Amino acid sequence: MTPLAQRAWFWPVVAPIGVGVLLLVGWQAMCDYFEIPPYLFPSPKAIVTAFLDDYPTLLHALWSTLKITFQAFALAVVLGSLTAFIFVQSRVIELSLLPYAVLLQVTPIVAVAPLLIILVKNTPVALTLCATVVAIFPIISNTTIGLRTIDPGLLSYFRMNKVGRAETLIRLRIPSALPFFMAGMRISSGLALIGAVVAEFVAGTGGRSAGLAYEILQSGFQLDIPRMFAALFLITLTGVVLFAAMIGLQQMLLGHWHESALKGET
Amino acid sequence: MNLVLSEPQRAAAAPVAVEPVVEILSAEKIFANGFRGLAPIDLAVGRGEFVSLIGPSGCGKSTLLKLIANLIEPSDGKIMWWRGPFDAVGKAGRQLAFVFQEPTLMPWARVARNVRLPLDFLRLPKAKSEQRVRAALEQVDLLPAARAYPRQLSGGMKMRVSIARAMVTEPDLLLMDEPFGALDEFTRNRLDEDLVRLSWQRHLTTVFVTHSIYEAVFLSSRIVVMAANPGRVFAEFSVDEPYPRDENFRESERFASRCRDLSALLTEASFASRKVGP
Ligand SMILES: Nc1ncnc2c1ncn2[C@@H]1O[C@H](COP(=O)(O)OP(=O)(O)OP(=O)(O)O)[C@@H](O)[C@H]1O
Ligand SMILES: [Mg+2]
Repeated sequence: MTPLAQRAWFWPVVAPIGVGVLLLVGWQAMCDYFEIPPYLFPSPKAIVTAFLDDYPTLLHALWSTLKITFQAFALAVVLGSLTAFIFVQSRVIELSLLPYAVLLQVTPIVAVAPLLIILVKNTPVALTLCATVVAIFPIISNTTIGLRTIDPGLLSYFRMNKVGRAETLIRLRIPSALPFFMAGMRISSGLALIGAVVAEFVAGTGGRSAGLAYEILQSGFQLDIPRMFAALFLITLTGVVLFAAMIGLQQMLLGHWHESALKGET
Repeated sequence: MNLVLSEPQRAAAAPVAVEPVVEILSAEKIFANGFRGLAPIDLAVGRGEFVSLIGPSGCGKSTLLKLIANLIEPSDGKIMWWRGPFDAVGKAGRQLAFVFQEPTLMPWARVARNVRLPLDFLRLPKAKSEQRVRAALEQVDLLPAARAYPRQLSGGMKMRVSIARAMVTEPDLLLMDEPFGALDEFTRNRLDEDLVRLSWQRHLTTVFVTHSIYEAVFLSSRIVVMAANPGRVFAEFSVDEPYPRDENFRESERFASRCRDLSALLTEASFASRKVGP
């Protein structure tokens, strides 16, 4: 059997965890040694205690934020790919619509969110829309590039065989676009989370649909800093899990053929 | 230059007895940027012929082959396939296959699926196409690699996959643009032997672009020597050697003397390809 330390996954997994443990221990020791009060900078222990004290509320908030994130991400993927498909149909369409896509991209979501929240009565819908606006651009631009980046030789081959538009799309354009699309998904999933949290901050909705941003705001008002950190960590954790899920998906779809997903093999 | 040309041109003047598969009738190509790629060309390729196009770089070999594949259209003149327009190409007995200089495989598909692609285009039943794919892979000795991805293959193997993809349609007209140009001498010789055997067994009509004198003499029944500025047919050269040919032919004195003759002709073609004018 291969020794544990020589397995491919060993160092990428163990090294970051080791660093994390060291950081946590150092952090705890610092807080203990200098007796830093928890309302200035809470120790890991205090954060864990705060989480255990109030985990039903925090997990419920996490669930709300996750719902917005996933809805926005799904919407961004569907609408973004559709837009990309429309873009590649003709240059004229792309040239006339692209500026608006860029407009969406460059306008800060914090500035648009209040407007959307006023316009759309249903708050979760408004939040989802805000997050979608943030998350959609990488999908549009990457998928458009992907659908255009095709081996010219293969394209000639398809043309020579008199292959129709639809069949060329399915057999050639979509598989060629997949690596680009996946890169777009990776960026977009992170942006969906950021968009959801920012929109929640702006909306400030509490009650049953309160998200993690609301819990952070509330904890801030109440100077319950350890609880604030606990909520923050939940957001970070969500981001990491999303990122890992995207890597996994990419590995699954492209692992066997595309450079972006090939591991340690040249 | 007229002096040296008399001998090969006589060979060219001999009429093609068999039914022509491709007829190029004063076809000319002027590109969108005004560049004259091909001066009017007349050329006929008869059924079962193996015709090689050879000539200095930029003389329009690829352009001529693309015209024959209908990948581009002539600016003037016309081209006939089986005495008709291109519309009839692809029907039974008029299948055309093109092998590019690069393997041009789909990197996301396994070897077998790459080879099956043209049969999918033809909507062949799955069982039948699987069987033909297997036969085509067997012909190029790649059956064991059927489930591999292109990136796992060497350059020569990828090229063989590309040839299998062409052969699987059981083509009647095979067009190849420097298919083995990027390969080492040894691999190229082996693939040449495979090709000459396949085309002989299948009674293929082949138009083959190459830079190699040895390859052209080994494979061809007729060699078209081209010159540049503007691109044109400079001379034609018959290789009256029986098929099937194998490595014995490559080592024979006849082969060597043909190569010397072709080489001399090619030197003249290069000389005639110098830019004229200021
Ligand atoms: N699309 C195009 N537009 C303008 N000029 C072109 C185009 N394609 C080819 N040419 C020109 O036409 C000439 C012939 O090109 P072609 O590719 O047929 O040459 P070739 O004989 O195949 O050369 P090589 O042996 O290097 O492959 C070249 O001078 C090339 O620059
Ligand atoms: Mg060429």
